[in-house]
Amino acid sequence: MILAIAFVAVVSWAALAPLPARESREQPFVIPEGTWQRRMSGDQVDILPQQIRLTLGINDVLLLKNQDTVPQTFGPALLMPGQSFRLPFEVASEYQFACTAHSSGQMTIIVDPLPASPWGRLRWRALQLAEAFGNKSHEPTG
Amino acid sequence: MLAMKHRVAGSVVALLFAMIAVAADRPTLKAGVFEPPRAAPELSLDASSGGKLSLANYRGKVILMGFGFTSCPEVCPTTLATLAQARKRLGAQGEQLQVVYVTVDPERDTADRMKAYLGGFDPTFVGGTGTPAQLAAVRKNYGVMAERKPLGNSYTVAHSSSVYLIDQEGLLRGMMPYGRLPDDFAHDVRALLSE
Repeated sequence: MILAIAFVAVVSWAALAPLPARESREQPFVIPEGTWQRRMSGDQVDILPQQIRLTLGINDVLLLKNQDTVPQTFGPALLMPGQSFRLPFEVASEYQFACTAHSSGQMTIIVDPLPASPWGRLRWRALQLAEAFGNKSHEPTG
Repeated sequence: MLAMKHRVAGSVVALLFAMIAVAADRPTLKAGVFEPPRAAPELSLDASSGGKLSLANYRGKVILMGFGFTSCPEVCPTTLATLAQARKRLGAQGEQLQVVYVTVDPERDTADRMKAYLGGFDPTFVGGTGTPAQLAAVRKNYGVMAERKPLGNSYTVAHSSSVYLIDQEGLLRGMMPYGRLPDDFAHDVRALLSE
């Protein structure tokens, strides 16, 4: 009985609570200094997932930063040392990019619409939870 | 000694403010933006219009540069049609736009073939071809992927589908992903021409 009440309370919160406010809509991924050297010494360095999920109005700007000392192919972009690539999305869709950083040669960015309805917020929170625990598809870049 | 330190510190602060001011002056683009921008790597290819294809020839214009091939079944026709529509929407400003398309299939894409193909979209579009080594070097400089794959008795080429935005001074400013609309390109070209 208590478990059922707790479940209903959690689902109700997930469906009705307002979405968290963010200071920035950027979703950053950073190649730290020394990444190239780590790779050359045989380390597996996972930075960019093969699939990235963004949400319009929440985190709809992909921000890639190369803080390493050598050029890096990072997702769809070749970035010089110290350079960043800031890609905004305005349309919810699934975007495919050729990406030599992944063994499949592809990187997918899924942009979800802003979850305005209770069902949408519930689905969005469930996806966030699944992403937090389930997305282990990171592969080395570069 | 103290005065010198102050002068150096002052210069560093002034430089930082100048960099921030330049970045703040840059218009917001629909494309992905490189910051800071670097000089767009130069091309030395055969132009479909005859002669050599060099980006330096188009200083003062905005360049939209894509990579593809004339036998491409879907991505290239879609991209080129989008760019042709964008140029039309720019009206008179379209004269200040140059579309450059670099082949990833030098075996089939001669300069003449590219001229005929690109002319079907817009007669001002210029194609670039060259030796496999020349084209591989260009792709490496831009981070472009191209991979030949067998297709029946022939082959196709899987390739990057983004379009690069180069400003009037020859700086590589942005990259528009495949699938964006003509209005997005027209918006960004206008923004870069307004600088």
